[in-house]
Amino acid sequence: MSIEIKASDSSGTMTASEVVAANSATVHKTAGRVTVDDPIMCARDVQVFYGDKHAIKNVSLDIARNEVVAMIGPSGCGKSTFLRCLNRMNDTIENCRVEGNITLEGQDIYDKKQDVVQLRARVGIVFQKPNPFPKSIYENVAYGPRIHGLAADRVELDELVQTSLQRAGLWEEVKDRLMQPGTGLSGGQQQRLCIARTIAVNPEVILMDEPCSALDPIASAKIEDLIDELRGNYAIVIVTHNMQQAARVSQRTAYFHLGDLIEVGPTDRIFTNPSQRLTEDYITGRFG
Amino acid sequence: MTISVLLLVLFALSAVAYRLGRSRSVAVVGGTRGVRNLHSLPSYYGMLTALWCALPALIVILLWTLFQGSVVTRSVMNSLPPQFGQMSAQDLGLFMNDVRNLVDGNIAPDGVRPEVAAAAVHYRQLRTGSRMALSALALIVAGVGLFMVRSRISQDLRARNQVEAIVRGLLVLCSILAIFTTIGIVVSVLYESFLFFRQVPALGFLFGTHWSPQMAIRADQVGASGAFGAVPLFVGTLMISGIAMVVAVPIGLFSAIYLAEYADRRFRAVTKPFLEVLAGIPTVVYGFFAALTVGPHLRSLGEWLGLEVASESALSAGFVMGIMIIPFVSSLADDMLSAVPQALRDGSYGLGATKSETIRKVVLPAALPGIVGGVLLAVSRAIGETMIVVMAAGLTANLTANPLEAVTTVTVQIVTLLVGDNEFDSPKTLAAFALGLVLFLVTLVLNVVALRVVRRYREQYE
Amino acid sequence: MNKGSGTPVSTRTARQTTALVAATIKRRRRAEARFRWYGRCAVFVGIFFVFMLFFSIVSKGYTAFQQTYVGLDVTYDPALIDPQGNHSAESLAQGDYQAVVKSALRKVFPDIEARADLKQLNALLSDDAGYELQRRVAADSNLIGTSERVWVLGRDNTDMAMKGHIARDETEAGRPLSNRQLDWIDALKSKQLIALRFNSAFFTHGDSREPEQAGIWGAVAGSFFTLIITLLLSFPIGVSAAIYLEEFAKRNRWTDLIEVNINNLAAVPSIVFGLLGLAVFINILGLPRSAPLVGGLVLTLMTLPTIIIASRAAIKAVPPSIREAALGIGASPVQVVMHHVFPLAMPGMLTGTIIGMARALGETAPLLMIGMVAFIVDVPKGFSDPATALPVQVYLWADSPERAFVERTSGAIMVLLAFLLVMNGAAVVLRQRFERRW
Repeated sequence: MSIEIKASDSSGTMTASEVVAANSATVHKTAGRVTVDDPIMCARDVQVFYGDKHAIKNVSLDIARNEVVAMIGPSGCGKSTFLRCLNRMNDTIENCRVEGNITLEGQDIYDKKQDVVQLRARVGIVFQKPNPFPKSIYENVAYGPRIHGLAADRVELDELVQTSLQRAGLWEEVKDRLMQPGTGLSGGQQQRLCIARTIAVNPEVILMDEPCSALDPIASAKIEDLIDELRGNYAIVIVTHNMQQAARVSQRTAYFHLGDLIEVGPTDRIFTNPSQRLTEDYITGRFG
Repeated sequence: MTISVLLLVLFALSAVAYRLGRSRSVAVVGGTRGVRNLHSLPSYYGMLTALWCALPALIVILLWTLFQGSVVTRSVMNSLPPQFGQMSAQDLGLFMNDVRNLVDGNIAPDGVRPEVAAAAVHYRQLRTGSRMALSALALIVAGVGLFMVRSRISQDLRARNQVEAIVRGLLVLCSILAIFTTIGIVVSVLYESFLFFRQVPALGFLFGTHWSPQMAIRADQVGASGAFGAVPLFVGTLMISGIAMVVAVPIGLFSAIYLAEYADRRFRAVTKPFLEVLAGIPTVVYGFFAALTVGPHLRSLGEWLGLEVASESALSAGFVMGIMIIPFVSSLADDMLSAVPQALRDGSYGLGATKSETIRKVVLPAALPGIVGGVLLAVSRAIGETMIVVMAAGLTANLTANPLEAVTTVTVQIVTLLVGDNEFDSPKTLAAFALGLVLFLVTLVLNVVALRVVRRYREQYE
Repeated sequence: MNKGSGTPVSTRTARQTTALVAATIKRRRRAEARFRWYGRCAVFVGIFFVFMLFFSIVSKGYTAFQQTYVGLDVTYDPALIDPQGNHSAESLAQGDYQAVVKSALRKVFPDIEARADLKQLNALLSDDAGYELQRRVAADSNLIGTSERVWVLGRDNTDMAMKGHIARDETEAGRPLSNRQLDWIDALKSKQLIALRFNSAFFTHGDSREPEQAGIWGAVAGSFFTLIITLLLSFPIGVSAAIYLEEFAKRNRWTDLIEVNINNLAAVPSIVFGLLGLAVFINILGLPRSAPLVGGLVLTLMTLPTIIIASRAAIKAVPPSIREAALGIGASPVQVVMHHVFPLAMPGMLTGTIIGMARALGETAPLLMIGMVAFIVDVPKGFSDPATALPVQVYLWADSPERAFVERTSGAIMVLLAFLLVMNGAAVVLRQRFERRW
């Protein structure tokens, strides 16, 4: 069900704010297929409130296994907020309230009996600005396995660290300096270190919140290749500002606008033939 | 006239100078209409006149009063009857003390030797004369300043610039005073310690284990052993400070962790002031508390347990000192923990760590340099603390490792050596300065190291 | 050796990992709860100490604000108090007022005859009783020859008995009052001739060897004079130094050195400042010992770093945009500072000064060094009169063994803490109302 835009826009002279204003007043139903067969995570009717501010309005979305889902949209539209709901990182924010239903492998993650610690071991997250711990590279990757008790002895831990760094594409570059501080690496290497650290806990889903926005183009390219490789083992949900990146990296794309999920669908269809006017306006650069 | 009256007169004179200067500046340009031709506002001309009137006179007054005492004393001494020329410098000094006390009215006039009374009369005469001369001189200088500046007021005189230059000079002077304090401390303490080390060898002082600062009054007095080995004092200081840190660091650190990481805003707002109160209580109150409540209670507790606890045990003094230091450690640790960026904590939570694991393995190690710096500052405070130990710890040196016994510290000995009528040159008094030197150096080193560590730690996160 | 199902770590599935995590979760949660408990306990222990301290002081001190007075029917016998018979001041000064007191007391207990007993009876009253009568007669000589009821101070032991600190079940030899004396006190109570009244002497008298006559007024006046000097010196000098260092001084090695220097001075133990004062002010400059002038100078040196640091922070907080705007209009650098920066930074500077003054009020050690620790009875009237300060008075009284002095020490501490509370409260109010957040 699309929204009728006023006739005045046919001359193509509406300003950006007019476009936004014209479209922001109503509740949107998501266009495109929200569900997938055999999803790993399901979100239904999720609402998020920061105090009185209604940040996420009635979003439903499925995440399939072994696929990359990109979430795009203008600044402040709620992509990161929704992403952080998936591993309950919003719990750390004081006046944030989440309603609705989100399940991982069929279990409600907001259930009282669900331990958030276990959840975060299954749903990992990589942040926008690389934030390695001020410890050695080895210790950064070993931290997760240590606290969760995943390695019985040093030998297993070494193996785990090596595997994680290999999977993150960092092993060759750091194998000779594992004991040096993680903060001494370049920006791109630090972000790959953060990815390695997330992989070390063997999650099922990896969330990425604009992982390349603080990196230079070459480092970004490396991360994008990495994401493609990781897809074989994990489901990945990536929030990005960079539409070309979304187009390169993902199989499905979801477009968010002011807290609503406007449209979701296969990436190539979204970018070549979006069914919603809003989506099209954003993709063609009319605003945002 | 007295100094205060003189200062008041000078102040009034400066106010008059201000008006005169101001009106003169207006007159020079032919009335208020011509003010725009003046370089600065008329008030600046007035200010300039007032400053030149007051400041030179103030300098004269300051210098005069600083040296008046010794000059008058010297001339009274020179005019004493000839038999005084043979008195030793020490006795002469005591004599002049009596004269001064008589003049100030501190001792009763009857029962005083006639020579003292006569000298006192002479002293009083000289002093009155000096004061009159000072008043006259100061007022003359002020007047000269006033008229000189007033006559120089012209259209082009850059009054504002000159006033501002004077103001800046005054500001610089005030800044220098702050440095002079440090220089003053170092020089005076060093000098007196130097005098001490001429009489008592430094190595014996620093490494000797027997502290019993009795000095012979007569050369042949029995029991004249003056032992100045300060090791028992150092050990006592370290022991009491150590006990204090054992109390303060866990409580301070854990309460900082709880308040910074776990508590909600209301809890913090209510409990933080309570802990800050502990920091504002004067140390003499803590000393009283230690001496009258904690000491006896610890002793009866010891009796109940079958232990021998002195009523002035190191444990009671250290315990109360620890209580005093808790807010110190707590607020410093709080600052350090808050400086750790949230991104590090998020990284740890994102991996599925619990809050305590995040604190123990990520936040604390990251904040550790800062916290160590804070602990060093707290140690420095504990070492320099005086009143608690003066009132609750012992007075006799005791080289022991048992916290249940009474020990004494460096600061206690400084107080006991100086409170009382000792001559200024006796080794006892000088020993206090030597102890003060050690104390100053140790706390200085601790502070410098701690502040540098904290600064480097802060820069890491900014 | 591999955990779990025997598969190497690197090929473990997510499901196996989840099982491993679940196995340890309980232990980790318990550790979390324990850790939280440690934190909470630490906070409560800290608060407990505060309460313990206050309770200990207040419970000992609140009785200091009441004092025992004994009502005597006094006859101003001219034969005793006016030996020259002419009502002149000289004559009255030579009167034997103690005898008047003693005879009045005997009237209450007529059947006591033995000298030793009479001595014990008179020991129930303070020496001040006679002086009180003398003061009254000197004020109004018409009293001579008349009778009236006068309430005079009881002695410190009488006071302690009235406040319940002397019990009969202790052995008589260990008590300061005998059984008979306690009986007499009870007799006075039944005749309503003895009562606890507001202890105005505590607030109006100077120090004294007799506990019942000792008061804090001398110490309060001494502290007052000392703090005035400290304030008058440290505020202008500290603020000026801060302004210069922040606004005018170039940033080079020297200013860095000065900054390090000031930060260190703020952490130097206060007793070292006392040594400095002793060596320089008393020894070299020859200023009078025990005078508030010297105390004020020493405390100024101690408070300066605090004020400088607080003022610098306040000046730094003023945004550069204001300075640029003023310069843009054509104000000179000095005018920018005096007209704009200084007034805006003033609340912060005042707050820092009040806090510095509060610290100076509670300082004892440096004052001990420069001699303000003598036993001084007269209330100081000027800056060069010998004086003591309130915290030093506490220190002196704490050494005295009499029970009544314990009570007074605690009372003096309560007064001191009240002053500090007011000062710190003023600083907080000042900060809330006037300090701007840029």
